[in-house]
Amino acid sequence: MTPKKNNISLFLKQLPKNIFSGFVVSLIALPLGLGLAMASDAPAISGIITAIVGGVVVSILGGSYVTITGPGNGLVIVTLGAITTLGLEGAFAAIICSGALIMLLGFLRMGNLADFFPSSAIQGMLAAIGLIILGKQFHIMFGHKITRENTIDYLVEIPFTINDAMHYENTGLIYAAAAGLLSLAIMVFYPKLRNKYWHLIPAPMWIVVLSIAFSYYFELVLHQNNPIAKDYMIPEIPSFTEITTQLPKVSFAKIGNLAFWGSVLSLTLIASIESLLSIKAVDKLDPERRRSNVNRDLKALGLGTMLSGFVGGLNVVTVIARSSVNVNNGGSNRSANFSHAFFLVVFIVVFSTQLTRIPLPALMAILVYTGYKLASPELIKKIFSVGKEQLLIFFVTLLTTLKFGLILGISAGVIITIIIHFVINKNVTLFLRHWIKPNVLMFKENDKNSSYYVSVKHFCTFANFYRLKQKLNAISTDNDVIVDFSMCDFVDHTVMENLNNYQSAFIKSGGHFDIVGLDMHDADSKHPFALRKIAAVPKLFGYNLTKRQENLEAIANDYDLIYSADKNKNTSFLDPFLFFKTKQPNHIYNELKNDNSNSKLFDIEFSEGEFIAKEVVRTSMLHIDLQETIPVFSLDRETIIDKVYAIAGFTDINFDNHPDFSKRFHLVGEHTEAIKLFFTNELIHFFECNPYYHIESNGNSLLIFSKQRLASTKEIKALLDFGKRLRDVIAKKNKTS
Amino acid sequence: MTHKNFKTIGIGVAFSPNLKANLYEAARLSLYFESKLVLIHVGEKSQEKEQQILEFIQPFINDNLNYELVFKTGNPVDVILSVSEEKNVDLLILGALQKENFVQYYLGTIARKITRQANCSILLLIKPSVERIACKHIVVNGLNDTKTKKAISTAFYISHKLQSKKITIVEEITKQEVAVSVDDDKSLRKSAIIKERLKMREDSRVNSIIAEIPEAYKSQTITKTQSIFGKRGYSIGHYAQFIRADLLVMNAPIKTSFWDRIFPHDIEYILSELPTDVLIIQ
Repeated sequence: MTPKKNNISLFLKQLPKNIFSGFVVSLIALPLGLGLAMASDAPAISGIITAIVGGVVVSILGGSYVTITGPGNGLVIVTLGAITTLGLEGAFAAIICSGALIMLLGFLRMGNLADFFPSSAIQGMLAAIGLIILGKQFHIMFGHKITRENTIDYLVEIPFTINDAMHYENTGLIYAAAAGLLSLAIMVFYPKLRNKYWHLIPAPMWIVVLSIAFSYYFELVLHQNNPIAKDYMIPEIPSFTEITTQLPKVSFAKIGNLAFWGSVLSLTLIASIESLLSIKAVDKLDPERRRSNVNRDLKALGLGTMLSGFVGGLNVVTVIARSSVNVNNGGSNRSANFSHAFFLVVFIVVFSTQLTRIPLPALMAILVYTGYKLASPELIKKIFSVGKEQLLIFFVTLLTTLKFGLILGISAGVIITIIIHFVINKNVTLFLRHWIKPNVLMFKENDKNSSYYVSVKHFCTFANFYRLKQKLNAISTDNDVIVDFSMCDFVDHTVMENLNNYQSAFIKSGGHFDIVGLDMHDADSKHPFALRKIAAVPKLFGYNLTKRQENLEAIANDYDLIYSADKNKNTSFLDPFLFFKTKQPNHIYNELKNDNSNSKLFDIEFSEGEFIAKEVVRTSMLHIDLQETIPVFSLDRETIIDKVYAIAGFTDINFDNHPDFSKRFHLVGEHTEAIKLFFTNELIHFFECNPYYHIESNGNSLLIFSKQRLASTKEIKALLDFGKRLRDVIAKKNKTS
Repeated sequence: MTHKNFKTIGIGVAFSPNLKANLYEAARLSLYFESKLVLIHVGEKSQEKEQQILEFIQPFINDNLNYELVFKTGNPVDVILSVSEEKNVDLLILGALQKENFVQYYLGTIARKITRQANCSILLLIKPSVERIACKHIVVNGLNDTKTKKAISTAFYISHKLQSKKITIVEEITKQEVAVSVDDDKSLRKSAIIKERLKMREDSRVNSIIAEIPEAYKSQTITKTQSIFGKRGYSIGHYAQFIRADLLVMNAPIKTSFWDRIFPHDIEYILSELPTDVLIIQ
């Protein structure tokens, strides 16, 4: 239980950071909004309207903390379908109705809706959506607009489009295709380039900035028309006054129509599932580990959708990529979502005419990348590693969705999952008999320090996981929990995956979450817990060390260290560091440890952001356990960006008597006085005459690294040496004081 | 204490493979409780049957077992119920199958019908045994109900007679009583506070019942209270199974109707899958 904080002063203190973060998010939201709307065949501006209305309504009424709302990827297909069958005016009516339904879901406390679908089926559905987006927009990206009846045809014709593009004679089209390809390249290579200045602007905004600059170059320098064919530019964008004064027509004429309600249902289902999944994923990213009120968020999203439909916007959903960018830029409460909406308004007021300078292929490249990320081969690999039957569920859902649409697709996914469960267990009655009955017991013995026991009987799958979830949600995450499956005959993948999430949530807030009683389940390989499976696979062959690993081994011998190349998933010692607040360590490997293991050098793989904003980074780091208490701080080279950040409330601790150090180094930490005391003249001189490293303290240990990439053997030696000397300086200082 | 909770124990005798174990259990209990054992057989009286039954309980007759054999034909449910009433049986022992299948659940077995209609206490044995298996741990419900007091005092009486080591009194608290649904951290904190308060309230209620139990019954056993937040009737059964209790003592239900069997609640959860031996106190 945390003590009650002074909310208003805290809010005001965090406000500058949130405004800054909202600004960064709006840089992504602008191109994405335009692109998603265009892909849905809606007016480009409707995407921006969605983000603005959503940002305002959900930030005021919502129940989550760091989520960003706006037009969603998953809805592109459904919205497109609605507009094709009902026309734009009818589609707005359908959006309004789906908003009402989403709100109703919130009032009915259906925030657990997404739990009722097997996770592989949801992944299959999302992958299908990704393929459809990719398939459709790929052709536009190459300056080759086509219209086909069937979604699969778009995918099949991709090679023809590429072939056509190579033989273009129309320069307008060549330029269009070039713009598309270049934009795709920016999306793909953006995370690979770890440069602070390059990362100042998000990838989609680079595309916007570069294409507007390109168009001005032709206009102002070469005095020519924009060479990209007129058809492949963003059509007219209304000015802000036009948007506010001329509301679109909404037609409820088709309300008696079956197709109308089909659209409403699809919109509601996909919007709520996408939002709920995103909220769940964003909660995992929240550095403060708060728990979102999903039902309240659903109500706000529903209301936002209704309002958005009336003013010419699309469905408002919670979006994962933009939310993760928000977290990474220091967003800490809903004011970030509000400020993202505010900056979008500013963009529209100031730049609405400039936006027509963006070529359509460039915008669609963003969507192609989004689609690829939804259906990436890595995803399939991951599902396969969980189990073959999950891959079957995935593909059945994917293909049914491609062929027959979303509702039938997800239904097929649910049905095939149930059938697979029947087949694996060779037992139907187990499920039929116990489905409607309670099967979870939770109790805590009356003495003070006991753990919560949760026992599950019969079976536990997506179909009845909500019962277990309900019990687990009633436990605050700093407690100890033991989940016992020994009386449970069958546990499916969806449950295991969800429990895994609970496990990490509990560990991160200082609790424990143990799953016991699964050892007896011999069918484990058929419904595995991904981690367990890896441990069980025997290593038949020894390691083939790479050249770098051989060098590391040699260093280990030179310096009397112990070398291990194995992947080590135990990265919890990194959690207390500020640097990892918004980043997820995946594993560490290539460890170099000294005998008493109080310092180790390792390569680490961590990820930052989610979905299209996800970046996987590998770095070499040195961790030193000091066995004494020092203040918590973070020290790095001061850059221009830090000066910009300083305006947004990231303060730098400076020393009056060390102007050189203060100018060159960026030092942050909560307890300024203690830090100033800790940084003695000697320590400051040490830092001044040594190369720059990023150094961080979590109170009793140090984390040191230089660049966000793997270090060469020479750099590793330098890092080891630096760490050793720094440690000596600190030890000497503490002895004298 | 001369007070006896069970003066007469009844058992239905059917010539099944379990007969010997059932008879042993019943006879043993009759000796422990110093009660009379009424053996009820539904069917024609015959020398052969009588001989067989007597042969089984011979070791107990040697220990001065007070018994009576009753033979009566008719519908098994009616016969057992009517004889029990006639002979003033106040504890009826029924052997139960540990797992009843899907169909039987709806049709209702003989045991189930008797359980629903009987006016005396019922002991359902899931694994009768020829050898005595010590009853170490008794779980008893602590519902806020007028019958609870009797259930708890009976549990202590039994634990005294059978020398059980431990009694756990389970207070089931339903979701409706907590009245706060957990949505976020704030409501979680709120519900935690309410739960703590409910737990204290239940504990003090149960403790006041325990205070009235004669000291002689309490001295040998460890008494524990356990509050569980969950479905009433379901949680206690699951709990008894989870902690491997040897006997579960429950209040008799209020008369159940047809709908209660389709949408089971309270005691029906336990009857549909017996977690251990169950004693239903009338």
